[in-house]
Amino acid sequence: MVAVADLSFDIQPRSCFGLLGPNGAGKTTTLRMLLGQSPRSGGMLEVFGQDIDEGRKAIRQRTGIVPQADNLDPDFTVRENLLMYGSYFRLDSTVMSERIPGLLDMVELAPRADDRIETLSGGMKRRLTLARALINDPQLLVLDEPTTGLDPQARHMIWSLIHQMKRAGKTILLTTHYMEEAERLCDELIVIDDGSLLAQGSPAELIEKYCESDVLEIRGEVEGIPIDSLPQAWRTEKAGDSLYLYANDAQGLVQFSQHLTDMVCLHRRSGLEDVFLRLTGRALRG
Amino acid sequence: MSTLAPPRFRLESIAVWRRNALVWRRLMTASLLLHFGEPFLYLLGIGYGLGRFVGELDGIPYFTFLASGFIAWSAMNVASMESMWSVYTRMVPQQTYEAILATPAQVDDIVIGELLWCGSKSLVSGTAILAVAAVLGAVNDWTALLAIPVIFLTGVCFAAPGLIITAYARAYEYFNFYMTLVMTPMFILCGVFYPVSSLPGPVQSAVQFLPLTHAVEIIRPIVVGQPITDLGFHLAALGGFGLVTTWIATALFRRRLIQ
Repeated sequence: MVAVADLSFDIQPRSCFGLLGPNGAGKTTTLRMLLGQSPRSGGMLEVFGQDIDEGRKAIRQRTGIVPQADNLDPDFTVRENLLMYGSYFRLDSTVMSERIPGLLDMVELAPRADDRIETLSGGMKRRLTLARALINDPQLLVLDEPTTGLDPQARHMIWSLIHQMKRAGKTILLTTHYMEEAERLCDELIVIDDGSLLAQGSPAELIEKYCESDVLEIRGEVEGIPIDSLPQAWRTEKAGDSLYLYANDAQGLVQFSQHLTDMVCLHRRSGLEDVFLRLTGRALRG
Repeated sequence: MSTLAPPRFRLESIAVWRRNALVWRRLMTASLLLHFGEPFLYLLGIGYGLGRFVGELDGIPYFTFLASGFIAWSAMNVASMESMWSVYTRMVPQQTYEAILATPAQVDDIVIGELLWCGSKSLVSGTAILAVAAVLGAVNDWTALLAIPVIFLTGVCFAAPGLIITAYARAYEYFNFYMTLVMTPMFILCGVFYPVSSLPGPVQSAVQFLPLTHAVEIIRPIVVGQPITDLGFHLAALGGFGLVTTWIATALFRRRLIQ
């Protein structure tokens, strides 16, 4: 089975690069291949300018990975998890004893250092997984859906940590299906579906290229709206019981909404979500 | 890296071994109770009880005969359990290997680290039986301590086929096949309870293909204080079995973990 085909991209050092796509688009497969965790049938994959197979060990020494599913070691405490993970990098114990307090402070888990993993909340586990990925002071940080399943507070905390990593000069490769997250964090991103590239650019460029500036979202009895009589330049999309009107005419949209008295209307600037839905369609994914 | 390349030893495998050792240390009391308590009861019950009727086998008091057989069997048993149930737990529910593979450590390091760890657990349990046997007066000479490296080797050699089974396993129940079809026959047939020479001729030849036979043939004379006959042959049979199965286990784990 082909999960990823015809996919080509470069990541600039010290930038945050996003890999976006619906469930099953090939995001995780792409990441796993890039990390040598999935076999590839062909093509070229280089990290830090080295082929991923030939330079595997050197690449790993400089990479930190936050996987999608938590795989912290349940047999150890918070601190021991960091120690153990560092030992797989064969880090010196003095280096680790210098780094670990700082990492625990950074992810606000210092008071929990001696607690077992099963006592941590989902957000804490994510933070610890992030701290664990930083134990080798990596240049490249790979995050696979870092905030999936987290509550808003935990999500904001992860975002602020990722910003901190960016400021510290790390290169970040991120997959997500939250467009808000991509818009906040990514300097550049690609949208993939069915294992191939749909679009590439900065969030602003993609919105500019693939979407009108404004959108009016209408909820309610949208069947009654005379779509045919709308201006030619307006684009309409229907999803569930909502109708979306896209236009480069904010004023026109607002005026139109004032006629729709018994419906819920929301006018906003277009965002990455609109680009994403346009590119990948609105059909539900498995 | 080709799936079929021979396994390579790297120092990262020691980190994998150390991880397991640290977890074990936490639960050491319970583990040691098992390793000392069980053979104590078995040896007392079966060794003394049955020994009164059996007397001597091959010129060895039955108690000593049985104790030395138990040491070899225990090395096999402990390593097999660890390489199946515990390795599966780390691989599937805990996803420990997935985490390890995100570091410079590789599949070979996991396989070799686990083999060394299984051998270490066998060493603990086999040495415990040896100690119990000595306390009960079944061991006469300090040279019996030479059995310890052989116990470790036996554990490693039996961990490798355990890993092969685990590489195919989709659930814990899978291991019952191996237990019933492979381990139990070896327990019964390979000279733990009685000399292989008392089996019918064709069966005697057949059990030469079972690795536990060779572990018993090496460990028993060492514990008893007799010269080992055909040491080279038995070591080659046991070690060869271990090497081949280690290679196969490594290839299968590469396929299972990199997908």
